[in-house]
Amino acid sequence: MIRTTLAALMSYWRRNLLQLITLLAGIALATALWSGVQAVNAEARASYDAAAATLGEGRFDHLRAADGGSIDQETFVALRRAGWLVSPIVEGRINGVRVIGLDALTAPIGIAPVSLTEQADLGAFLSGGGQIFGRPDALAALEGTVEAELIADPNIAPQTLTTDLVFAQELLGREGEIDRLLIATVQPKQQATLAEIAPNLTRISAQSGSDIGRLTDSFHLNLTAFGFLSFAVGFFIVHSAIGLAFEQRRPMIRTIRALGVPLNILLALMMVELILFALIAGVAGVILGYFIASALLPDVAATLQGLYGANVSGTLAFRASWWATGLLIALGGTTIASVSAFLKLAKMPLLAGGQIRAHVMVAGRRAAVLAILAAACAVLAVILAATADGLVSGFALLASVLIGAALALPLILDQMLRASQSLSSGAKAQWFWADTRQQLPGLSLALMALLLAMAANVGVSTMVSSFRLTFVDFLDQRLASELYLTVEEDRAKEITGYLEPRVDAILPIVSAEAQIKGVETEVFGARVHSTQRDNWTFLDAMADPWDQVAGGAGILLNEQLARRTDTWPGAIVALGGQSFEVVGVYGDYGNPIGQAIVSEEVFAELYPEEIANNFGLRISVDQVDDLLSDLETQFGISSENVINQAEIKAFSLQVFERTFTVTAALNVLTLAVAGFAILMSLLTLAAMRVPQLAPVWAVGITRRSLGQLELLRALILAFFTILIAVPLGIVLAWVLLAVVNVAAFGWKLPLFLFPADYLQLAILSLLAAALAAFWPALKLTRLRPAELLKVFANER
Amino acid sequence: MNVRLLLFLLIWPTSIWAQGFAGLGTDAEGFSVPERGYVFDFPADHGAHPDYRIEWWYLTANMQDAEGRDYGLQWTLFRSALIPDEIDGQIFMGHAAVTTPDDHYVTERLARGSLGHAGVTAEPFEAWIDEWQMVGDMEVLSLKAGSDEFSYELELRNEGPLIFHGDAGYSVKSAEGQASHYYSLPYLALSGTLALPEGEVEVTGEAWLDREWSSQPLSDTQTGWDWFSLSFESGDKMMGFALRQTDGSVYTYATWIALEGETQAYPDGALSATPLETSQTSGAEVPTKWRVELPDRGVDVEVQAINPNAWMTTSVPYWEGPVTISGSHKGRGYLEMTGYE
Repeated sequence: MIRTTLAALMSYWRRNLLQLITLLAGIALATALWSGVQAVNAEARASYDAAAATLGEGRFDHLRAADGGSIDQETFVALRRAGWLVSPIVEGRINGVRVIGLDALTAPIGIAPVSLTEQADLGAFLSGGGQIFGRPDALAALEGTVEAELIADPNIAPQTLTTDLVFAQELLGREGEIDRLLIATVQPKQQATLAEIAPNLTRISAQSGSDIGRLTDSFHLNLTAFGFLSFAVGFFIVHSAIGLAFEQRRPMIRTIRALGVPLNILLALMMVELILFALIAGVAGVILGYFIASALLPDVAATLQGLYGANVSGTLAFRASWWATGLLIALGGTTIASVSAFLKLAKMPLLAGGQIRAHVMVAGRRAAVLAILAAACAVLAVILAATADGLVSGFALLASVLIGAALALPLILDQMLRASQSLSSGAKAQWFWADTRQQLPGLSLALMALLLAMAANVGVSTMVSSFRLTFVDFLDQRLASELYLTVEEDRAKEITGYLEPRVDAILPIVSAEAQIKGVETEVFGARVHSTQRDNWTFLDAMADPWDQVAGGAGILLNEQLARRTDTWPGAIVALGGQSFEVVGVYGDYGNPIGQAIVSEEVFAELYPEEIANNFGLRISVDQVDDLLSDLETQFGISSENVINQAEIKAFSLQVFERTFTVTAALNVLTLAVAGFAILMSLLTLAAMRVPQLAPVWAVGITRRSLGQLELLRALILAFFTILIAVPLGIVLAWVLLAVVNVAAFGWKLPLFLFPADYLQLAILSLLAAALAAFWPALKLTRLRPAELLKVFANER
Repeated sequence: MNVRLLLFLLIWPTSIWAQGFAGLGTDAEGFSVPERGYVFDFPADHGAHPDYRIEWWYLTANMQDAEGRDYGLQWTLFRSALIPDEIDGQIFMGHAAVTTPDDHYVTERLARGSLGHAGVTAEPFEAWIDEWQMVGDMEVLSLKAGSDEFSYELELRNEGPLIFHGDAGYSVKSAEGQASHYYSLPYLALSGTLALPEGEVEVTGEAWLDREWSSQPLSDTQTGWDWFSLSFESGDKMMGFALRQTDGSVYTYATWIALEGETQAYPDGALSATPLETSQTSGAEVPTKWRVELPDRGVDVEVQAINPNAWMTTSVPYWEGPVTISGSHKGRGYLEMTGYE
């Protein structure tokens, strides 16, 4: 019996091969979406890691010669032999490009361009001939001057080349010399003290490289949230696909049961069938996700190697887990999506199965339930928006906004259609609107998918673009000077004296630890200059804040400090026994602690013992290279102590370009899925609609015109959905930037709007809807008149 | 002695030669190849042989604390040459481990010869990488290694003769004739301190130092290797290995070391090693209980891992850990298994 029943069930798919393919494709697409988003997320992470590695150059504590000179190799060996895991770095400039030599065998993970897992490369890297890694433009500077193999690598900072230590020493003519020693984060238990081994070295703590890290953490959190969102969209499509399959097999199930197959056996067999499909489609989906990601994303190969374990040693387990997650998503999604279909089937009276359910009959009751749920979500969202103060409540807000909007969608659309109906005149138009409303319950799931997809896309675009603007602004503000220079305190006077006539301005950067309103704060003394006036933007400020700071009575606070102490412009704070008026609050993205700025003179009074050894230099861009080489020859200041802000900015912009590519990939993918959901729903409805369309056809409306109306209907519904999706997406982005981010990191990212992007997305969504509706409409146009006539003859 | 390591160390230089000297390269290009009849010269041969591609100083030890709890220990320095005879072309890799019945601590170091933080000298004998070292006159050696988790400092005292494997130290590794130079110091008495996360432990025991060097010791068709060093309560010792081949067959060899230090070499086929039980380690699933037979000496023993999860999570992963012996002979020893992951 089991075999026969299974054969019967399968025979349905043989007769409806297209439907089988669409069901499999539905599950596969949902899985692909999930895998693709994971890849996209990982790609973004990898990009930022590269940025962090370059931007946060002082990620590791390191040792430097106290006199600023070089370290000899014997000291390095002595340290290693005393249990210090340190790794040598030598650097210098060739043709204006920064050359970094490192030892791949001892370098902390992620520093060297090759590692032990890439055996052949490591060998070539170490062998005498040399390999030099860098971006193509940096490599071009060496073209023809060295014998070494030049290898393009986008993960290396701009205008920087990385090569083996010994080879770099040869290139730079500095055999046996080391500039600094990176200290690995994990050290052996037994170790001699630094003073015993190398008293002439000083330990420099890692810079607060967490700045970039925390900023990008916030970005990843947001991307992860969208990863879940995309899963929700995928879930809708699986639901639609299964709904279709069950709906259309009702007559067949009735027949099988009437022939005596027990319900539980039938259900079990259908479940087995579904699990089989989910597995097949899941595998296809994971593979599809792989190809989508690798086709759409540039430079993703390395990331995928990590994810899929292709020829990276030791990642086999990870690879298995990757496949497992993909399949679990497919299986889990399918199971959850099919629960309601199975329940309906289980409750179905034996002989009632033949009737195709008229959705509209239960629509009234369903609408009431939806309205109550949506209202509950809305109330919850409003409460949470006002009170949310943690990550959990932030995500709860996100969830209630999304679920509420999705549930409310059919009701809102119904109201919009009702309004359109009352505005229209003529029998055909009246019928069109009424018929559209009648179809709404059947299409609502697909439209919810479109709503979520579109909202997710608007949200992602808004978030990424806002993030970019903020980040670039922030860099402009913080790296306004062309060059940043670090010198030893006792040479500061001499060097600034030398620089004075050669640069437009010298802006000392000096700071001290303090407490403001009980919060640990880093107080900076600023030489007020047009640099700050031109570049700094404030979240909240009084008029001419910098003049007030220069006047000595004003103080500027960063957002974190202002939020934590609830101190905003106009308030008075005490610092070192003096009172200052808060004249501005500025964004300080990524910084975990409080920060305040007073004028240079006030700072010197408060902290006379602090002497500036960091300086921002304003200089015209074309003089940068000359000044760099002069500093090196005159004072032996190596490039490690000079930061060229143009390089950093250019690099971070490139990182964003890559993020945009992945965002575009995500947009295309989610819209494709939503379009697919619409297609599935329309196909489900098509068969049921024949009895409703037949009378309309009979009164003289041609099939062609009916087809056109079908297409128009899909477009109108999509358009209405988009009208709701755009504001929803913006709300989504706002929740992430202004609520979740504040909860997670203590600062708010400003929200910017990008109408042109939204318009483009709207057009894409309409296109997706039109594509989805085209085939069902075409089928209607070609429906044989005999089928329509049958409606009047048959009892069905 | 470790196949994956051998392959690994061999692949490195091969690829360089293939790239740098396309067309020239056979495996041993420019490197010396082991030859039958090689006359060992000590102490010089305790030091490095940079004209050979690969080499190691491989020490394993079975130890007990005052309560009789078993411990195992490994200290290994590998040398791989990118360019024969040149210090620039020498790469060193150190592996250290301590195995208890419940835990297995592993750590790894890498270095290049030219910088000087790793190397080997023959006279006075010293093998070192960073703060790890094996130093002494081959009668008394001091041994040191550690990581952020564990460390050890031990003294080794040689109480027996130096043993040559194969044909007077010429050890054949395949039917095609790949070979290495191979000798051991299997009679090292050991004492010292292990510093483990749970505290310091005073231990005593027996260590076994393997010295081996070659330029092309493996055949293409060999996939992995099971190596046993067994010390029986009778005072006899045995070193045996089975090289697994792609067709499912094995190439075996054994050295029997009698109480007085007299040795007998057993060619392919005399030794048999059959897996009885496997365990899932933190890496691969490996056999952790073996039946080892050398009928000629009446050996039919079960070799059981003291801690089945002695997986070496190093750049090239493998299994290495202490074992107990039961059956026709009783005792302790060390087992190494490669090529399972």
